[in-house]
Amino acid sequence: MSTVFLALQTNEETRPIIEAILQDNPGAVVDEQPAMVKINAERELIVRRETIEEITGNDYDLQSLQVNMITMSGNLDQTDDEIRLFWKA
Amino acid sequence: MDMQVAKKKLGLKERYAVMTRGLDWTPSYQKMEDIYPYMQYEGIKIHDWDKWEDPFRLTMDAYWKYQAEKERKLYAIIDAFNQNNGHLNVTDARYVNTVKLFISGISPLEYVAHRGFAHAGRAFPGPGPRVACLMQSLDEIRHAQTQVHSISNYNKYYNGMHDFHHMHDRVWFLSVPKSFFDDAITAGPFEFMVSIGFSFEYVLTNLLFVPFVSGAAYNGDMGTMTFGFSAQSDEARHMTLGLEVIKFILEQDPANVPIVQRWIDKWTWRGYRVLTLVAMMMDYMLPKRTMSWKEAWEVYFEENGGALFKDLARYGITMPKCAEQIALEKDHLSHQAWSTFYNYAAAANFHTWMPDEDEMAWLSSKYPESFDKHYRPRYEFWREQAAKGNRFYNKTLPMLCQTCQIPMLFTEPGDPTKICYREVDYKGDKYHFCSDHCKEIFEHEPEKYVQSWLPVHQIYQGNCFPEGTDPTVEGFDPLAAVLKYYNLEFGRDNLDFDISEDKKNFAEWRGQATKNA
Repeated sequence: MSTVFLALQTNEETRPIIEAILQDNPGAVVDEQPAMVKINAERELIVRRETIEEITGNDYDLQSLQVNMITMSGNLDQTDDEIRLFWKA
Repeated sequence: MDMQVAKKKLGLKERYAVMTRGLDWTPSYQKMEDIYPYMQYEGIKIHDWDKWEDPFRLTMDAYWKYQAEKERKLYAIIDAFNQNNGHLNVTDARYVNTVKLFISGISPLEYVAHRGFAHAGRAFPGPGPRVACLMQSLDEIRHAQTQVHSISNYNKYYNGMHDFHHMHDRVWFLSVPKSFFDDAITAGPFEFMVSIGFSFEYVLTNLLFVPFVSGAAYNGDMGTMTFGFSAQSDEARHMTLGLEVIKFILEQDPANVPIVQRWIDKWTWRGYRVLTLVAMMMDYMLPKRTMSWKEAWEVYFEENGGALFKDLARYGITMPKCAEQIALEKDHLSHQAWSTFYNYAAAANFHTWMPDEDEMAWLSSKYPESFDKHYRPRYEFWREQAAKGNRFYNKTLPMLCQTCQIPMLFTEPGDPTKICYREVDYKGDKYHFCSDHCKEIFEHEPEKYVQSWLPVHQIYQGNCFPEGTDPTVEGFDPLAAVLKYYNLEFGRDNLDFDISEDKKNFAEWRGQATKNA
């Protein structure tokens, strides 16, 4: 199976984002490393704006994830509402 | 009566279209091939540049906003680090040698990457890749600058970093990373994108930055960790650019596939050879280890790269064939590299040491197939000799590989007891190679690689001494003259850590930090 992943800095801004990702991707696995959280999933991982906003109670612009991203793997597609990482094969 | 109606904000896709393709125009009185002269000669065929789209859909206005935020965060931490004598919080002063390796080996490459992406962006007729290359070009110069700023604090206290750029252009082993990037920026724009954008950024960058950065975090170096993460936050975008460019080129014309495959094969190998320095850093130079080189390779290349190449198979792209040899080398690479630096510590801009008992035990557990059998006995012997006052610093210059410029230190694939030598005769001269892959790269483009500036050859030709040096005088010491040319001070910037000023100063300063003088 092909794994996609997203790695984020461990900080206050990413805490609700990670929570949202785990809520939206039941199969995702968290790998906590020094100062970094890596989230692995089979084939596909989705980050949803709405879920993040529900958790924090604030508006969230998905593009601001740029500030806290460390690395990722997979094809990417980003819209106003979601970021999707995926492998086709 | 006019009603004020709030204009609906454009969605991300529309904003992206307006701010990239919407800014482009078709020239009327100049020919396209005159404006974009580098688009034909590499043989890549592009039919529709508008098919390229940045999947992050990042536009310049948003780019400035987020980059400014990253800078504010970074400089707040650099200030705090400096104000708080952050350098005394690192695990032990050996750690600082990884920072020396970084500033002299990697940071100058960021600057060259800045130039490379500026050039590639200028060369592409498509507004999508042009904007993405512009962003990456700006990122890279930001990385060079922030790394120099962060590390300048170490330079105030520790040796070997005082003239990193001068050294980058001259010191023997630094020709390995330098020539790698020079090779890439002197290729055409498409090959540059495949070499740096795809092979280096997408396939290999995790092996460079993630270990360095989490290594810094693990070893109490908040300064390096922070610039590392700040740079790395751009890296996700660079990786995406690399992958999108590849997919775009492959989708445009089937004739592009074999050209791209050759470039992927070449640049995966070239990049991997440069990572030899990272392998050694991870296994030997971090006082507190994060993961072994072998583990990092398995996670970031074998697992992750495996998924990537499976995904690219639909275009007819296959895993680079060098992966087989790399798999055979992963049990040996870091040990062979560190042994070489331990040998040549008199000519390097950082200190070396032999692993202690705990570190040897760690190495045995991470490398059960190779460490105790091949490398531990060697280290024990060297340690014994050093204790007896026989520490041997090798002053005989090694033979270098014509392609990767690394000394011929690698062993035959599958036989770690035999050094691997390959050679080619070309126009009456003999050229030497560390491997079949470096040899094949040369054979495909000999006119490029015969021009390699090989430090050892240059020293023997007398080109690496300070001006006015007379090598014919009685008692001439070539190493002393070469170190002067490098701007390295013998006994201060080089040799073993145990006898270094760095070690002595760190102990004293840390003492002052915890006691009343």
